[in-house]
Amino acid sequence: MIDLPARPKAEELLRTVGLTKHFRLGGLGSRRRLHAVDDINLCLHEDEIVAVVGESGSGKSTLARLIAMVYRPTGGDILHRGRSLATLRSRRDVLAYRGHVTMVFQDPYGSLSPVYRVSHGIMRALKLHRPDLSRRGRDEEAERLLEAVGLLPAKDFLDKYPYQLSGGQRQRIGFAQALACRPELILADEPVSMLDVSVRIGVLNLMASLRRRERISFLYITHDIASARYVADRLVVMYAGQVAETGPVEDVLAHPKHPYTQLLLSAVPDPRAPVLVPATAEVQEPPRVIDPGEGCRFRARCPYAIEECARVTPRLRPLRPDHEAACHVATSELDDSGRVARPAHI
Amino acid sequence: MIETATRPLLEVKDLCVDYLTDRDPVRAVDHVSLELAKGEFLGIVGESGCGKSTLLFAIARLLSEPAEIRSGEVWFGGRDMVSMDEEELRHLRWRDYSVVMQSAMNALNPVMTIAEQLADSVRAHQRVPGPQLKARSEELMRVVGIDPEHLHSYPHQLSGGMRQRAMIAMALALTPDLVIMDEPTSALDVVAQRSLMLKIKQLQREFGFATIFVTHDMSLVSNFSDRLAVMYAGQVVEVGPTRQIFANPKHPYTVGLMRSFPSITGPLEPLAGIPGSPPDLSRPPAGCRFHPRCPHVMARCKTEPPEFYAREGEQVRCFLFDD
Repeated sequence: MIDLPARPKAEELLRTVGLTKHFRLGGLGSRRRLHAVDDINLCLHEDEIVAVVGESGSGKSTLARLIAMVYRPTGGDILHRGRSLATLRSRRDVLAYRGHVTMVFQDPYGSLSPVYRVSHGIMRALKLHRPDLSRRGRDEEAERLLEAVGLLPAKDFLDKYPYQLSGGQRQRIGFAQALACRPELILADEPVSMLDVSVRIGVLNLMASLRRRERISFLYITHDIASARYVADRLVVMYAGQVAETGPVEDVLAHPKHPYTQLLLSAVPDPRAPVLVPATAEVQEPPRVIDPGEGCRFRARCPYAIEECARVTPRLRPLRPDHEAACHVATSELDDSGRVARPAHI
Repeated sequence: MIETATRPLLEVKDLCVDYLTDRDPVRAVDHVSLELAKGEFLGIVGESGCGKSTLLFAIARLLSEPAEIRSGEVWFGGRDMVSMDEEELRHLRWRDYSVVMQSAMNALNPVMTIAEQLADSVRAHQRVPGPQLKARSEELMRVVGIDPEHLHSYPHQLSGGMRQRAMIAMALALTPDLVIMDEPTSALDVVAQRSLMLKIKQLQREFGFATIFVTHDMSLVSNFSDRLAVMYAGQVVEVGPTRQIFANPKHPYTVGLMRSFPSITGPLEPLAGIPGSPPDLSRPPAGCRFHPRCPHVMARCKTEPPEFYAREGEQVRCFLFDD
């Protein structure tokens, strides 16, 4: 499940170029802007699971909604197999894109209509996105989808109402609905955070198996970096609407370059790790994303901040193979020692 | 309050809580017994619907319809809280024990400033002159790590982490012996969560209050609680020293929970979680409630409910330890 067979470099599926989304705050004529997503360059390949991690308000859900065409970007572009989404004009093109890129939502209790049977949502997607299927074909496909998400016997589940299902089962229905369009990419926005601890792993394993068997890519959005490690190939750490660090999961975890990634990793409760209780608990505030201006957005919390951090917004720079971080300090120290030493208190 | 050297601060004996429904009552807390020493940190972990929050509310005597305590005792400072009436409880609440709720946004009054709400709770118990109250409020804010400026803020002007800290400041206002916490960090991201947990631990050392801390995230309390109680389907299934349970979990449910969250530092291994899902408490399985999901199920598990068996200073409700 976790080991990946070596294979040739996969095709590029989706790319964001300088993707930016600002929300206007206040009344008409207000000039205040909330920078939810700022200048994000992200690339997703076929057959790949990319995890986006960050604290609440870091812009990770906005990123998913931009890719799902729920929001229109303020700036930048999204390319699907090289074609800009801005060029999708006709309803048919948009529908086709929405079939290629589907979404699974965080709350399995809110995202299924209580008055329809399980079959309803799946059938609707099949009718809309798979016109080639006959009625019989749709029935067969619906059963196959439920089997693919591990709901057996599939026939029984099709006739159930959401209230008859547990949270984990509902979330599997969410995946079945997303699969019905035969997508290339599923945007999974915190798909396990509302589930019971004992069933979360099951849903993560489902994502891994769908990637393996149905060759679907995932953008897995989460605040839980341990689950990202479990299921993803690459990690994108977001902070205040920007990418702080990105690279292969194991490399980022073993060699976190950005001070925020280091802070995030140190905060993960791990019973297998020894107890470390520092004398004082530091108070830290979320970053300013309303008209943030120039400079590194992490600088107020950063133990290494230098004068340059207040003046110049750091850009992503390669620090290790395939591994980039947006930090002045990490970059400059690389030239000397190869990595930033972790300070004692982090 | 009466001090007794021999008895623990809090003693829950055979507590049962039912939710009354149109049909048969649903038992959400089933014969739970717990003890808490002065200054101790007890973690209670379990999944949603296991009865952990109901248990807390029963201990704090905050249950409302249709839930009711069916039987059992809650001894706190030498008195049985179950038999107290509202007037008697009013004197105890906030002064001797306080509660920090899961969602501070819902627990705080949105149209009162933090200072007003603090004053409210203090003045319900004591007559405190204005300047003294102000000084104490400022001190409390500093203690939990908020700028005293924010005393004049409304809850919506604070971040999630600050609101939870403000709740904790309020809970500590009258220096109670017991602070009950119901998932106070679940709305926070990991960094804020970590910093709040460290703060709670530090305050606990300073003030010496005992804590019952309920959470669904077992790893969260691993480094903080002295003892741990694991609940499943309304029952405590394992209770013992936290580090020992983590080092060597005994009940198959606890073992399953431990194998449900991936490690961030250790080797990456495939995990299975626990098959199935928690039972519907209106129709709990016969025998051991965990038997339909248990990898070690035996014939007697399906008919006979297990008792607690002692093992290495722990209590485990599982026939595997019946010898």
